[in-house]
Amino acid sequence: MSEFLEYSLLGLLSGGVMALIALSFVLIYKGTGVVNFAVGEVMMLGAYLYYAGVVTFKLSPWLAFAGALAAIAVLAVIVERLVLRPLSGQSAVSVLMATIGMASIIHGGVEAVWGGDTYTTPGLIPRTPINMGDILIPGAVLGNFALASVLICAFIVFFRYSRTGITLRATASDPVTAATLGININYAQRITWALSSLVGTVAGVLIASSAGLSPLLAGTALGVLGAIVLGGLDSILGAIVASLIVGLVEALAAGYLGGKTRDLVPYVVVLAMLVVKPYGLFGTRTIERL
Amino acid sequence: MRTGVFHENFGSEERLWNSATARVWMVVFIVVLFTMPLWGSDYVLAIACIMGIHLVATLGLNLTTGNAGLISLSHAAFLGVGCYATSWLARHGVPFFFALPVAGLLAALLGVVVGLPSLRVKGLYLAIATLAAHFILTFIFREWDSVTGGVPGTTIARAKLFGFELIGDRHNFYIIFICALVLGIAARNLARTHIGRAFVAVRDRDISAEILGVHLLRTKLTAFAIGAFYAGVAGGLLGYFYGSITPEYFTLTLAVFYLAAIIVGGLGTVLGSILGAVFMAFVPEVLRLVAQASAQWFPGVAALLLPMGQVVFGLLIITFLILEPHGLAAIWARVRRYFHIWPFRT
Repeated sequence: MSEFLEYSLLGLLSGGVMALIALSFVLIYKGTGVVNFAVGEVMMLGAYLYYAGVVTFKLSPWLAFAGALAAIAVLAVIVERLVLRPLSGQSAVSVLMATIGMASIIHGGVEAVWGGDTYTTPGLIPRTPINMGDILIPGAVLGNFALASVLICAFIVFFRYSRTGITLRATASDPVTAATLGININYAQRITWALSSLVGTVAGVLIASSAGLSPLLAGTALGVLGAIVLGGLDSILGAIVASLIVGLVEALAAGYLGGKTRDLVPYVVVLAMLVVKPYGLFGTRTIERL
Repeated sequence: MRTGVFHENFGSEERLWNSATARVWMVVFIVVLFTMPLWGSDYVLAIACIMGIHLVATLGLNLTTGNAGLISLSHAAFLGVGCYATSWLARHGVPFFFALPVAGLLAALLGVVVGLPSLRVKGLYLAIATLAAHFILTFIFREWDSVTGGVPGTTIARAKLFGFELIGDRHNFYIIFICALVLGIAARNLARTHIGRAFVAVRDRDISAEILGVHLLRTKLTAFAIGAFYAGVAGGLLGYFYGSITPEYFTLTLAVFYLAAIIVGGLGTVLGSILGAVFMAFVPEVLRLVAQASAQWFPGVAALLLPMGQVVFGLLIITFLILEPHGLAAIWARVRRYFHIWPFRT
């Protein structure tokens, strides 16, 4: 029984960080109607920049973290201007292919600069494990979960109450009407890309500091696709709930069926979900007209 | 001066090569290719074989993604299915001219399974579904030791014809070349049948196509099956060409490579597939030459080859999507038109 509890708790906690990555996907999907296949790579790049800040330039972890966030935000704005603006109005599939191209560039670039080795990253959060009866929870996992939850709550509040958040939601739900009402759509999309990349970077740094930093990190985000399909591509609440579910199932599968199945779980979830209920648990069902 | 092609009946319009000049050049081109093992150097032949294999795979992806508009990221995995199927069949003494189509059919069967979600979802969701299929298939490649040899990989027995072993690139070239030719003409022919027109209708607006009487499920699954069939054959050829294979070969990078090939070449045309496959096969070679040339100034540049390849594939995809969405095929058509109507301008 305690074994089951331990697996479930670990799964739920890792689901918290997955929810951050899922949030990064959902933000862009809601804002621009595109699934950004480069989320994993942005996440990885952010983590590597953080690593470079701490180890190469000997900055304090929080300063390096701030530096990585700033660099990624600037990069996201540049990418939005150079790649996505010229493609606006094109079909979603061509923008999707462009994000695959972006992912390929970042992945290759990171491997060219830092190589394929695994680095241990100094953590932002203390690693003292916590004992709960006979269950041992690693400190980094718990800290990551706490930080992720705070950030996600902040985002929900931001979207619901702040002026910019309302602007972004308006643009997402109907760009043409939003533009008629005087909202600067280009600005809204730029902000969306920047925010999504920032969230991705936070997730990347958190994962890297608990699980080590290597180009494999980018694959984590592809696994999260399972969660966002389960939750529905355009629902933040769905992303959170589904991430927790997928995290739980992954941990249980890894615990009882062997570690290798962990890689497989999200993809099986994706295929099953797309056949059975393609719009997910909380997603909006779109009706197409001619 | 030639200003265009003038058709008087449907028969002439539906011809594969619509002018006598085009037919003559086609024959010359094929003869030159066919005699290549007689005059080409080892290096040229090896490149030609790789190009031929890429061409078969690219033709398939272009039918699925370019003609039918169904994005597929599991193409590399289908290649793997074909490759392991040939390996298994070759081990049980099946001759190559039987093993290759069977490998293709097996991949096509899997293509139908992967394509099943395409009825309910499309575009972005389909990309996610095929991505999931890629990871599940590559997981099987790594774990199903008795057939795929697991991570260390497996070997493929040489192809045999009338008791002779086909060894080396010079012999394999003919298998690859004939497959590429037959499948290329088949792809070109497919585009002018009712199936090909249904593909285009589904790509341009699937709901309208359904109203016009196109069976959506059947068309989409056919598109996936045919694309996967090409990939399966390409995988089989790859097996005979290399003689041994590991799961490392069938990465997501390979799927992105083929996606880049059809975007760079031109979506939805056979010419686009050819130009794209040839161009993309040259990219790693050019990179390698650059690395060799600059090795004396930058030692360790060889280790950067693989990542730099990824960067170049990505750059090519984005550049072509933004600047020339119809690919090299459109550039080719523009150049041809310029010379046809010279000295006038379009």
